[in-house]
Amino acid sequence: MSRFLVGIDGSDCGERALDVAREHARAAGAELLVCYVINWSPFTFSTPQENAERHRRREEELNVARTKILEPRVEALNGAGIKTEGMARHGHPARTLVQLAEEHDATMIVIGRAGDTPMKTRIFGGTAAALVQSAPCPVLVVP
Amino acid sequence: MNASRCSLALFALLASMPAFAQEGVDSVIDRVVTPLSDGLSAMIFWEIPIPGVEQGIPFIVAWLVVAALVFTFYFGFINLRAMKHAFRLVRGDYTSPDAAGEVTHFQALATALSGTVGLGNIAGVALAVSIGGPGATFWMVLAGLFSMSTKFVECTLGVKYRNEYADGTVSGGPMYYLSKGLAAEYPRLKLFGKVLAVVFAVFCIGGALGAGAMFQTNQAFSQLVNVTGGESSALNGYGWLFGLVIAALVGLVIIGGIRSIARVTEKIVPLMAILYVSSGLLVIGLNVDQVPAAFAAIIHGAFDPEGIYGGFIGVLILGFRRAAFSNEAGVGSAAIAHSAVRTDKPVTEGLVALYEPFIDTVVVCTITALVIIITGSLAEGSTIEGVALTSRAFGEAFDWFPIVLLVAVLMFAFSTTISWSYYGLKSFTYLFGEGQSKELVFKGIVLAAVVVGSSINLASVMNFADAMILAMALPNLIGVYLLAPVVKRELRIYWADYKAGRLKTYR
Repeated sequence: MSRFLVGIDGSDCGERALDVAREHARAAGAELLVCYVINWSPFTFSTPQENAERHRRREEELNVARTKILEPRVEALNGAGIKTEGMARHGHPARTLVQLAEEHDATMIVIGRAGDTPMKTRIFGGTAAALVQSAPCPVLVVP
Repeated sequence: MNASRCSLALFALLASMPAFAQEGVDSVIDRVVTPLSDGLSAMIFWEIPIPGVEQGIPFIVAWLVVAALVFTFYFGFINLRAMKHAFRLVRGDYTSPDAAGEVTHFQALATALSGTVGLGNIAGVALAVSIGGPGATFWMVLAGLFSMSTKFVECTLGVKYRNEYADGTVSGGPMYYLSKGLAAEYPRLKLFGKVLAVVFAVFCIGGALGAGAMFQTNQAFSQLVNVTGGESSALNGYGWLFGLVIAALVGLVIIGGIRSIARVTEKIVPLMAILYVSSGLLVIGLNVDQVPAAFAAIIHGAFDPEGIYGGFIGVLILGFRRAAFSNEAGVGSAAIAHSAVRTDKPVTEGLVALYEPFIDTVVVCTITALVIIITGSLAEGSTIEGVALTSRAFGEAFDWFPIVLLVAVLMFAFSTTISWSYYGLKSFTYLFGEGQSKELVFKGIVLAAVVVGSSINLASVMNFADAMILAMALPNLIGVYLLAPVVKRELRIYWADYKAGRLKTYR
């Protein structure tokens, strides 16, 4: 059974990736794993107040990601006959997607690319490029 | 409660003060605060006489150093044997990926550090070296190493006895372990624990307003005036304006919840710390041939100082004192910051906290001292001290450094004020209960203290603040001594698990 992992981030490029993944999944009869990664690093600096409220905020962030972003899409896909599961996690986008792909034995990762200028990508880092370098399975990059 | 009534009177006084400094306000405050301040200072800084030496050891320094030694031996040199493991904890080797998004060991440590790294590391060391000679560095580092054990115990307790609320927020610190911990371990000391907690909270509020808000902005402004031309600076006399600007920025963060400003500081403070440490290392590296001589001077000066007031004991006390002031081990403030970490093993955060005095006192202070000794700034003149001495020592190598130092001092002052306002707030809500309006009242008082601190120069208020911060160590350490067996129990189980390889690693 093929299982495709799609990374979405609430932006248009994530939606384009999802569209492409849906068509591929339908054609291949594959399952979909829709993943939303909340950008987070264990090595940032924060005020004591933020630390004290961190657990609550984390729950809120995950809740918003699950109910506002993942659920409507997962329901629509399941309704369209494609077996789909949604997943939200904190972490570095590329590294977290790689981890999820390994954990769930994904056979392909589908990811959107914002199409930034090379300079912008160089400074802010491209999730798609990082994924291509480190993914455990084929990566389909949707422009 | 008599003590809390006193502090209430102080709040009322600070809150009712006009934002703009006026002639007369100073003397009014002076008149009210001086008797209080003198009484407390006399007790805290009372010098235990030592036979045959002119200078006694201040009570509070002895109190902190004895605790550091006792805990180091009681926990079998945990400060040294756990460092490697603590490093792996900070790196996240033992943190489950499922906990992504929670407060990590690194974040708790970094937050606590930004509350302690500051003027103590820049000005305090210069003060110790200029009075006590190079030898003071040796005793400072030694005291710093021992005080790691104190931090370990208090931060473990902070996590163990914190309050976790249903909405997902946490509150922890000495007020909670003094009241909850003592009640749990010693049912007969329940009331005593409660009293200790209240006394601690009162001192902590005083420390937050005085040493946190007032002292920091006051010192930052004086460095600003120094760099822009001293007496003739265009800014001279505009302390109130500086205070208003800082208060507005602090207010945006702590009241407005404007995270972007906090986020900018979050980025700049570590950058400043790294810049400070690396330029220090660069100065040392450029003069690497003088390093052996500098170390020789430190060792020689530590055991056989010449021409230093108080001789051997005098140097020792200076070093110990600066270490105590700079890393706050035993004061209890760090336990508040560390308790926000997400872990089910309190000992792990205690181990991580070992790095706080290590970075603050052993690393940063040693670098400052080496730069001052190597550049020979010490010998050139005895008239300057504090930030100015450090500024000149670094300026010998890089002429742009005083500007960097100014930015660093401003940033450290800002982050320390924010950290301490939180410590004060936690103590305030412990005493008066949680609630939006109560929190707002306290935050307003903090902002008023910022403005007042930068616009007037009140020696008595500063002394009072200094005494308050160190006085926190009285109730705190009594409780920590009583609760140390609890930590020992937890450590024994944890360490056995660690040695047997039963702890799960994720890397």
